[in-house]
Amino acid sequence: MASKKTNQDKVTPEDASSRRDFIKKSGLFTALALTPPSLVMASDKKWDEKIAEYLETVPLSIEVNGTKHNLNIEPRTTLLDLLREQLQLTGTKKGCDHGQCGACTVHVNGTRILSCLSLATMQQNAQVTTIEGLSKGKKLHPMQEAFIKHDGFQCGYCTPGQIMSGIACIKEGHANSREEISEYMSGNICRCGAYHNIVDAITEVKEGGKEI
Amino acid sequence: MKNFQIIKALSSSSAVTGKAKDNSSMFIAGGTNLVDLMKKNIVAPDKLVDINGLDLKKIEFLKGKVSIGALAKNSQVAEDVSIKEKYPLLALALAAGASQQIRHMATVGGNMLQKTRCSYYYNTDMPCNKRVPKSGCGAIGGSNRMAAVFGTSDSCIAVHPSDMCVALAALDAKVLVEGPKGKREIDFTDFHRLPGNTPEKDNTLDSRELITAVEIPDNNFTKNVHYLKVRDRTSYAFALVSVAAALDIKDNTINDVRLAMGGVAHKPWRLTETEKFLKGKTISEDLFKQAGHLSMKGAKGFGDNNFKLTLGENAVAEALTIAASK
Repeated sequence: MASKKTNQDKVTPEDASSRRDFIKKSGLFTALALTPPSLVMASDKKWDEKIAEYLETVPLSIEVNGTKHNLNIEPRTTLLDLLREQLQLTGTKKGCDHGQCGACTVHVNGTRILSCLSLATMQQNAQVTTIEGLSKGKKLHPMQEAFIKHDGFQCGYCTPGQIMSGIACIKEGHANSREEISEYMSGNICRCGAYHNIVDAITEVKEGGKEI
Repeated sequence: MKNFQIIKALSSSSAVTGKAKDNSSMFIAGGTNLVDLMKKNIVAPDKLVDINGLDLKKIEFLKGKVSIGALAKNSQVAEDVSIKEKYPLLALALAAGASQQIRHMATVGGNMLQKTRCSYYYNTDMPCNKRVPKSGCGAIGGSNRMAAVFGTSDSCIAVHPSDMCVALAALDAKVLVEGPKGKREIDFTDFHRLPGNTPEKDNTLDSRELITAVEIPDNNFTKNVHYLKVRDRTSYAFALVSVAAALDIKDNTINDVRLAMGGVAHKPWRLTETEKFLKGKTISEDLFKQAGHLSMKGAKGFGDNNFKLTLGENAVAEALTIAASK
């Protein structure tokens, strides 16, 4: 997907709020129109690029790893691209970009999902946790420690998604046996073959009983 | 992905009205299939109507039935304690579909509208009557290992990919929909359709209608049930063949039975003839073998998928055996 140059730096909360008000007022009574057709026309008519960019984007308030962001994004921006390209949080990986590999797994409001198949605009006011949000200062999350101890990554590309899923797997109550862990980790594909070590790491964290 | 407008629906009637106003608009719920298709330019709506704000997430146990809101997540239904207890076949089928991340996103209504995974549908360089009507079918005479063996036509041999729908077809579910002309109910087995000359139409839903809920009548299939999914790897793959089997057994005799197959047709394939054959009979290995044989009567392979004819027989027998032994 083509990514538009971020304009987040230029946006103050006041700007964002006045844009929201403006767009709300232009909406239907029964539905909140985020991008009225008349505004999309701006780009078709080749109006000033900045105006067109402003009119094509929608406001988004989102909390990522405890930091609130008021942004303007294109409706087609996925949560994955928002994280990596607009917020520069490149820990979440883009693998297949089609929901088949799990490398982009993040937690949204405490639930693991695939950020590549989530439209960012549909995550209004959501609380997102990525791999960058797990450690407390220099102290790694118990699952990160366990992955290092058990060599649960080889090439490492799938690792952030594996760790996010591993934590969720325990929280969901699906880490009660090696078979169950494998089943509930099956949405995370590791091509290098670290599966065995990943199951070891998750088992240790589950049995360790630490708060995760 | 082409850019689009997105509006948030505040009520089911406003969702229907909002969608009806535009020719190229679509509802979006979980988006697990739709966003993928949009990325590949297989579908390119001008407008999305986000229905996630609607009050359609509840699972309600009513007198004589359960009503599952169209926006209930697949994982929510699969792990609901009462669903597991009263409709375990549905919970098993849901748990066999996709991965937990996707089940957390995907909704019951969206799952019913899931598009085929036929590789010709996904490859825009190839002909596909389902994607571009009258463009031809790449799968007939092409690579068709995943293709249908029942109810095919000269224009399409694609299969419906959902696991959940196979269980719902077996359990006599009903689909509740709302459209510009009001509300109506559709029997689940009439919801999806066979390809005929118009394979681009997956179901009997009007393009302006919104699925609001699925209802399953109460039944006695609470113990001897099994969802058998045969696939290329242990987990997280679409079915080559799947079987939803539900038995109500008393003193080794089959009081009542429901059977449906996935991965074999353009729609979940209910096996009513086999159900009739099994009803009232005493359980035995031979009986289940006969049931498997009968189930694949009339099936037709297309080359690469000929193995499904034997696999289907064995899968039905195996699913019944496992269900009976629980």
